[in-house]
Amino acid sequence: MIRKKLNAVTGCVLAMGLLALAPPALADWALNMREGVTQTSHDIYGLHMTIFWITVIIGIVVFGAIFYSIFMHRKSRGAQPAKFHHNTAVEIVWTVIPLVILVGMAIPATGVLIDMDNTGDADMTVKVTGYQWKWGYEYMGEGVSFYSELADSSDQARQKGSGVDPASVNNYLLEVDNRLVVPTDTKIRFMITSADVIHSWWVPDLGWKKDALPGYINETWARIDQPGVYRGQCAELCGRGHAFMPVVVEAVKPEKFKRWLAEQKNDGGADGAETAGAGDAGEPVVASANE
Amino acid sequence: MSATSHDVAHGHEHSQGFIRRWLMSTSHKDIGTLYLVTALIALFSGGTMAMVIRAELFQPGIQLVDPYFFNQMTTLHGLIMIFGAVMPAFVGLANWMIPMMVGAPDMALPRMNNFSFWLLPVGLLLIASTLLMPGGGPAGGWTMYPPLVLQTGQAFPFLIFGIHILGISSIMGAINVIATVLNMRAPGMTLMKMPMFVWTWLITAFLLIAVMPVLAGAITMLLTDQYFGTTFFNAAGGGDPALYQHIFWFFGHPEVYIMILPAFGIISEIVPTFARKPLFGYASMVYATASIAFLSFIVWAHHMFTVGMPLAGELFFMYATMLIAVPTGVKVFNWVATMWRGAMTFETPMLFAIGFIILFTIGGFSGLMLAIAPADFQYHDTYFVVAHFHYVLVTGALFSIIAAVYYWLPKWTGVMYNERLGKTHFWLSVIFVNVLFFPQHFLGLAGMPRRIPDYSVQFADWNMVSSIGGFGFGLTQLLFAYLVIRSMSGRGEPASARVWEGARGLEWEVPSPAPHHTFETPPEVR
Repeated sequence: MIRKKLNAVTGCVLAMGLLALAPPALADWALNMREGVTQTSHDIYGLHMTIFWITVIIGIVVFGAIFYSIFMHRKSRGAQPAKFHHNTAVEIVWTVIPLVILVGMAIPATGVLIDMDNTGDADMTVKVTGYQWKWGYEYMGEGVSFYSELADSSDQARQKGSGVDPASVNNYLLEVDNRLVVPTDTKIRFMITSADVIHSWWVPDLGWKKDALPGYINETWARIDQPGVYRGQCAELCGRGHAFMPVVVEAVKPEKFKRWLAEQKNDGGADGAETAGAGDAGEPVVASANE
Repeated sequence: MSATSHDVAHGHEHSQGFIRRWLMSTSHKDIGTLYLVTALIALFSGGTMAMVIRAELFQPGIQLVDPYFFNQMTTLHGLIMIFGAVMPAFVGLANWMIPMMVGAPDMALPRMNNFSFWLLPVGLLLIASTLLMPGGGPAGGWTMYPPLVLQTGQAFPFLIFGIHILGISSIMGAINVIATVLNMRAPGMTLMKMPMFVWTWLITAFLLIAVMPVLAGAITMLLTDQYFGTTFFNAAGGGDPALYQHIFWFFGHPEVYIMILPAFGIISEIVPTFARKPLFGYASMVYATASIAFLSFIVWAHHMFTVGMPLAGELFFMYATMLIAVPTGVKVFNWVATMWRGAMTFETPMLFAIGFIILFTIGGFSGLMLAIAPADFQYHDTYFVVAHFHYVLVTGALFSIIAAVYYWLPKWTGVMYNERLGKTHFWLSVIFVNVLFFPQHFLGLAGMPRRIPDYSVQFADWNMVSSIGGFGFGLTQLLFAYLVIRSMSGRGEPASARVWEGARGLEWEVPSPAPHHTFETPPEVR
């Protein structure tokens, strides 16, 4: 029985490790972090896998010793207890080795952290504001701003007793009326804040989340490699609608982005922060650039 | 916890009425029993809330409860499990065992002991009663971050007052432990001869005294922000919402170790008993415990990597947090070395202890991953974190408490529990708890935030698996309640004084059940 337990535990860990090698997918039964679409997210994925394999190896050694001992050193096999109760040399070894592993892990982590902290030389700036329960986006210096709320289809389906099967809704809880459209291959600085309680802006494919605090502006940045639609959610409990304020980022080629931005200015989508802000979650005000 | 010792006590020494014995009790044994029974009731109350949570998360869509009520459930589940179940259970174990383990007749301050217990149900009932108040219970998470927590309805002051009372109760309990351990050890029992459970509790008690007032300060500032016009945490008035988080986690991280150090002590008692071999590295265990306690004060902001800190701050808290792995590793290695070349048997307490060592270590591994600040930008506030802290708190703290109850129950009640059912309880628990929490790692990594009542359909499969594990784990604990009640009512084979073949220590020198008064004359310890 104990053996079976061992197999179950290591089986689980190994399955997690092996499946981690499969290409990242937004599939059901997903097991691992996604690699994402920025250099930062790749770096983070690398750190994540490194530390994961380190723990797997330590786990195999430690749990291996435990199960060997459980099997071999049991009274029912006639084992006689040894008398030893300390060994200074061994104790020093198993203090120093973990220390060395940790230093080895801390060095690359420090590099990534320093890189993430550098928000200088940005090509453009987007201000993100959290509200209960939607996001506000402002393209700084462009005069374009709007709100982004849960799409109607999800909002109707999520009501208690709606009778709508969530599986029948496209991107249930991960679709918005107005997507944040951004260019690829551009260093975008995000300035993140909140108008009421604390929120947290998170798109897993960008590699990070950042809290939105009232009275604070948190800065961070991303440079997206590939065009696509990247979905995330508010990650900090912000009240009744916490699960219902998704983040959808649509990355397009820079030329396409320029056209999109010009359209927004012409459409008067500009001072939208005032008008679209009434909380009207109609169908996309901002024409989707990708689809 | 013992009808039998009750009878003995009545027969030979006392004839207290029910009220005198239980309401006005100054006996460390009776108060220990009260603490443990309260903790068991709180465990099932908090567990019921967890069942509501897992039932709502069984499939995508909102089926059962309003999202706001869901948030009340997650908030109260956390508060009740921490302040009502885990902490009081450890205090109960300390009350029962510390005097017997150091050869003292009782706790040093028996009347304060009574007072600190009776504050506990008062505080817990205040917090539980908020569910019935206009506007519902607190729904901002057990961490009570402003500004969200300030949106709580009429429940708000009751929440704050309830936590104040629980804090006072904890501080008095801690003072009592320190006074007992430092003043009432039997002649010959030097500090470095104390059982590990006593050592870990001594260190825990200092942590409690250091940080409970910090929590009290933080929530008092919430109270004055809400009602008296201060703006400690309100940016519009020159305050700072992140300040609350710094203060809270300066309490919160040592609090985490308050809930695990006594567990380390319990495992260090049980493993040598069933390996029939002395604890490996006693001195290094003591130093490792003290190091963990010290480090717990300088790692708090690792709960706040995404809040926004200067680079130097992030680096410092990352390094300090990683460092905790070293003394924790030493403890795990010492337990393995204790088992190594022992002569082991696997009664229920040992099964839970081994389960603890393995599964707590898995929680430690995910903790090490969370320490890597850049990766934490992904992990933070996801189900990966939920999986992590449930591995250290359920298969860590709770498993150690269950192990301790099985280990000392025969001493308390004078009868053996049913070993076959105890083992069944272990195997069902260990299977279901992994079905419950292991998939939550996957959910978090795949991008599911914590504290949400509804989720995207891509998370449906693992959530259903997790919920099935949750229901199984919850139901299995009824078996534990049955076994405990059965022993308390005196049914079962009579237990010997030593109970376990390999048991060492003063508590095994007194008869089972332990008579109402023990060690009125201090024993000699050589």
